Amino acid sequence: MSRILIQNGRVIDPSQQIDRVMNLLIEGDKIAAHGAHSTGQEMVIDAGGKIVSPGLIDMHVHLREPGREEDETIRTGTAAALAGGFTSIACIPNTEPPIDTQAAVEFVRDQANRADNCNVFVIACVSKNREGKELAEIAQLYAAGAVAFTDDGAPVYDAELMRRAFEYCLMFDKPVLNHAEILELTKQGVMHEGLVSLQLGLGGIPAAAEDVMVSRDIALAEATGGRLHIMHVSTAGSVEALRRAKKRNVRVTAEVTPHHLTLTDECLRSFDSNYKMNPPLRSQDHIQACISALADGTLDVIATDHAPHAQEKKMQELDLAPFGIIGLETCLGLVVTKLIEPGHLDWPTALAKMTINPAKILGISKGTLDVGADADVTIIDPDVRWTVDPAKFHSKSTNTPFGGWVLRGQATTVIVGGRVKFTR
Amino acid sequence: MITDLIDLGPVPDAWKRRHLLGLEDLSAEELTLILDKATIFRKAIDEGHRKIPLLTGKTCVNLFFENSTRTRTSFSLAARRLGADTVDFSAGTSSLSKGETVIDTAKNIEAMGVDLVVVRHRTPGTPHLLSQNLDCSVVNAGDGPHEHPTQGLLDILTIRQRLGRVAGLTVAMVGDIAHSRTARSNIWGLKKLGAHVIVCGPSTLVSPRWQELGVEFSYSLDAILPRVDVLNLLRIQFERQFTRPFPSVREYATLYAMDRQRLAKTKDDILILAPGPINRGVEVTPDVADGAHSAILEQVTNGVAVRMAVLWLLAGRP
Repeated sequence: MSRILIQNGRVIDPSQQIDRVMNLLIEGDKIAAHGAHSTGQEMVIDAGGKIVSPGLIDMHVHLREPGREEDETIRTGTAAALAGGFTSIACIPNTEPPIDTQAAVEFVRDQANRADNCNVFVIACVSKNREGKELAEIAQLYAAGAVAFTDDGAPVYDAELMRRAFEYCLMFDKPVLNHAEILELTKQGVMHEGLVSLQLGLGGIPAAAEDVMVSRDIALAEATGGRLHIMHVSTAGSVEALRRAKKRNVRVTAEVTPHHLTLTDECLRSFDSNYKMNPPLRSQDHIQACISALADGTLDVIATDHAPHAQEKKMQELDLAPFGIIGLETCLGLVVTKLIEPGHLDWPTALAKMTINPAKILGISKGTLDVGADADVTIIDPDVRWTVDPAKFHSKSTNTPFGGWVLRGQATTVIVGGRVKFTR
Repeated sequence: MITDLIDLGPVPDAWKRRHLLGLEDLSAEELTLILDKATIFRKAIDEGHRKIPLLTGKTCVNLFFENSTRTRTSFSLAARRLGADTVDFSAGTSSLSKGETVIDTAKNIEAMGVDLVVVRHRTPGTPHLLSQNLDCSVVNAGDGPHEHPTQGLLDILTIRQRLGRVAGLTVAMVGDIAHSRTARSNIWGLKKLGAHVIVCGPSTLVSPRWQELGVEFSYSLDAILPRVDVLNLLRIQFERQFTRPFPSVREYATLYAMDRQRLAKTKDDILILAPGPINRGVEVTPDVADGAHSAILEQVTNGVAVRMAVLWLLAGRP
């Protein structure tokens, strides 16, 4: 049995409130011991000056396969995940065809096994063919391994269908993940509706379009007792509704992306389509609200919404260019540079939102370094400065607005199931 | 030398730009330079100079992805009067329908040996996208509701000619502010040159947030009429509205159509502009449109002069 001893690292495991310098022993594919010493029999990784975290989890990744392999494949997407320090990702089912059948779930899992990079958990469709009309065969999708349900890319629009989804998922204790958007309010929208859109004459996406849907979903979750997870929260209104709902013990969780915490609608003045995403980059007041909500626990998870698009698709007029940017390989650096360094979050809080919190929401036995747990470990150099160079990305796409940014913090060793899968 | 004849001189060193994408980022000095040169071209036109061959051997392409008669003709005339060759390209007859991207289309045209591309497009920022991908000069001839810099310039030139100044004037842009590139270019240009700007129209088309940009807003045309020096009556952009922002054209006209009764409430020397094409009876009644206060046709003549100045400044260096 292979043994890996990670020595002298600052082990931060929010699942157990651990934050201290200690050794960590891996035997086979499990965490074997805390505080072990070398017997000379194991591979030793010196983590002095580094942070040893449970393997990072990104619960919002678009892998594009099947159907849009020109943007990303399961192999390239999982390679990008490893390079970003992620040992587990959950992929969104808006592929072509969408992941709405048992066979489709199995296809993704098989491809992920063949790629043999990081763990891939499949999120399946709420509705058949993602059409928002009839429930997908959720029991069978669950049996095939689906960990959650979403029609992301689009909201579950029909309130009755959403209600049924909440109710039906009670049998499996699985959350429904919703992309919160009132579509009548966002027609032809390209960017956040505000002062900048007024100046640029670009179609606006008002914050209220998100706020209204979040409030609807909370009401339906509360009425049914179902589990709701709001994806990519971007508005102060959503945050406030979530905060109130959590006080009432509604079963609701929520995520935010690094770009919604670091970029504003001012960026659109460049007309660069790498600033076009949905929800859109908001104004500074919304960003402040999201950062506060992350700090006070209203927002549970940092997820990337990694959305690869081939260059020829993004190099179009702003209304034709698709929404979204990639995020797997810049997430950790942005979190360290823009959230931890300025003091918005401490390391344990930040890592909780990328480890145990998404694991709990998805109901997967990941995100912990407890003895006996799967040996998924991310070793992070918190001090290293590096320049984002999209040409060096492992992702098949390069649609990022962060090219040229100097970031601090990077994964140096990524261990998945007791095997070192990535080093730099 | 024709340049001596019309007293123009070489392209001034103070002019550094390769593209004209909008008025928002131009300085007052740059705006004044264009207007001064346009004034010289206007004089030359009035004096009967049909050819002022300052751009001989240069090629100017009108790359229009959106319909236009007036602006395209104006740019073509301006280029031809300067001695440049002009080619028209319309999206309907191009390879765009074959799936080619706008950048590829523009690059292909540039590769044929082009000095200037005049682009009109439904989407804000497309001229900027092209300027980043082409080596030749790009002139924005209207990008969605964003900017239409030469329209802004010709409106301001007309104001300057008629009223002798821009600074200190109160100029009201009336109507569909939300969807108007003409409004935006006018606002940036007028403010830089020291005018006070009011945006006026129904609350679905005029945002109070304009105040944050130093622009007054009003929902009532009648309330502002007595104190404005210039009225610029914008066309209702029916084609850019997804839901109708007012209940009926009739109701709009009762609130905002510039008619004889409203004209009586204005200053005696009120100047009335309209970027055209106008919906007669909606924004302005025929008697006012064709009356003594209207400068609608003068705007058209100034359009050629402004475009000559812009093309010359961008491509007139040897």
